[in-house]
Amino acid sequence: MRDDPRVRVLLALVAAFALAFGIAACGDDDEGDDGGGGTSANLIEENPDNNGVAVTVGSKNFDEQFILGEIYAQGLEAAGYDVSKDLNLGDETVAFKALADDEIDAYPEYTSTILTSIFDQAPEDVPGDAQQAYEDSQDEFDQLNLVAYPPTPFSSANAVGLLTTTADDLGVTTISDLEGKSQDLVLAGSPECRQRIDCLLGLEQNYGLEFKQFTPVDIGLRYEVLDKGDADLSILFTTDAQLFTDPDKYTVLEDDKHVLPAGNVLFVARKQTVDEAGPDFGDTVESVQSNLTLKVMQELNARVAVDKEKPEDVAHDYLVEFGYVE
Amino acid sequence: MTVPLAFLDSFSGAFDFIFSQRESFGGGTQVGGLGQVWELTLEHLKVSGVALAVSLALALPLGVLLGHRRTGELFAVAAGNAGRAIPELALIALLVAFVGTGTINVAIALAVLGIPPILTNTFVGVHQVDPQAVGAARGMGMSELQIALRVELPLAVPTIMSGVRTSAINIIATATIAPLAGVLTLGDFILARNVYGDEGVLAGAILVALLALTVELTLAAVQWALTPRGLRLQRTEASA
Repeated sequence: MRDDPRVRVLLALVAAFALAFGIAACGDDDEGDDGGGGTSANLIEENPDNNGVAVTVGSKNFDEQFILGEIYAQGLEAAGYDVSKDLNLGDETVAFKALADDEIDAYPEYTSTILTSIFDQAPEDVPGDAQQAYEDSQDEFDQLNLVAYPPTPFSSANAVGLLTTTADDLGVTTISDLEGKSQDLVLAGSPECRQRIDCLLGLEQNYGLEFKQFTPVDIGLRYEVLDKGDADLSILFTTDAQLFTDPDKYTVLEDDKHVLPAGNVLFVARKQTVDEAGPDFGDTVESVQSNLTLKVMQELNARVAVDKEKPEDVAHDYLVEFGYVE
Repeated sequence: MTVPLAFLDSFSGAFDFIFSQRESFGGGTQVGGLGQVWELTLEHLKVSGVALAVSLALALPLGVLLGHRRTGELFAVAAGNAGRAIPELALIALLVAFVGTGTINVAIALAVLGIPPILTNTFVGVHQVDPQAVGAARGMGMSELQIALRVELPLAVPTIMSGVRTSAINIIATATIAPLAGVLTLGDFILARNVYGDEGVLAGAILVALLALTVELTLAAVQWALTPRGLRLQRTEASA
């Protein structure tokens, strides 16, 4: 039976089918539309002194990080630096190790992640205010021979979200409003949310909420569980594309007790690189991130996640739109 | 020299994680220890058991039917191969999106992975039973159903069971991703690194491997018990 030619033909067909399917799934369309005209005040001027100064910009492994990495990299390139990119470095432990080992010179990292994962602060001690968190951590950066630039305007943080229709039915606008109602509600979040103080644990301990059930799901399903009715509440991220494309469909509850820590981004660089690169480095970094408000970041994420544009093109459009490059 | 030593170190850390509770990586709660290990192991076995039962219930009768009639070879083999090509994570994501989360849904998704080896092996096992034995049974006046159940099925046990074992291993290994669809299995230790730390991840991997081995050995014993004595003798002679 093993030598039956029909079986072999069929096997070949199945293999060919699987292969074709795999290749088709890899393709993506990248039609980019150019943003509006620029304003010259922001324009990054190329400084010939920077030519030959090599800078490697890194990022972690998801869309928002790719976009941020591209924005900083393209901005620094416009200022004349020899920029190379090492995006897609995995999670913070991998990215931070790459920074410590001199494989990259800088990468964007979230304030709360730095303080809890890298500096071992207890999550409940992380200030809700990003500027405060940034100022408090200067000594620690200094000890590691790192320089951190001031936080971005937007904050990418965990948020408790739900369908607007559910929110209206329950009459809730803040997390505190869930008191007395949460015992009938199902909350969905990533598996680790259960034991994290910036997630379920914080909602239980600091808000005193008890939920009917916690359903662990893949973070990729955080909107599906709401749409399907598998959960009443879901842990979302403030910079989610869906909140930009469907602003009326979902409601994010206000974190009135500031349990979910500040998630503004700090661009962290090696001190040696900063010293060699001169003043243009920091000026460029602070300048290019100054227009990254929550709305803008949601839109950039949406263009990558929903419209399937490339992070590289989306970052370029951002720089053009706000007049950093022409 | 430091590499193997570090490896041993993290290994002992993983065992420490399995046997005693500790503060979570991010702080604020206690994780690990035999209590949680036991809880997650039970859930892992439960969802895997349901998935294997569903696979058996669907694949075994179909395989016997097709094998006995000696038709549908294309189907049995093609289903087997197509089933293996489905990416499980995508399937679970799809099921969650369209059906919902929970033990039953995850078990269905896992069964899709468990059916192919059982179906293919049952078909092949029944199909390759010596036609003379079947002819003799028919000559004795056995009905087709009796032939299938009392002659072909017992003689196909070794082949069928090797399919069941493959299926069980596939299911147990893949149940590791169930925490992404609402079922907390041992995979939780592996998926939530920022709660359990590297030692928890390694502990999870060790536990899943141990569980798979234990089930494999148990099923090997079941296979030995189910194999007709005649076949067992034949094997011993052949290997002697």
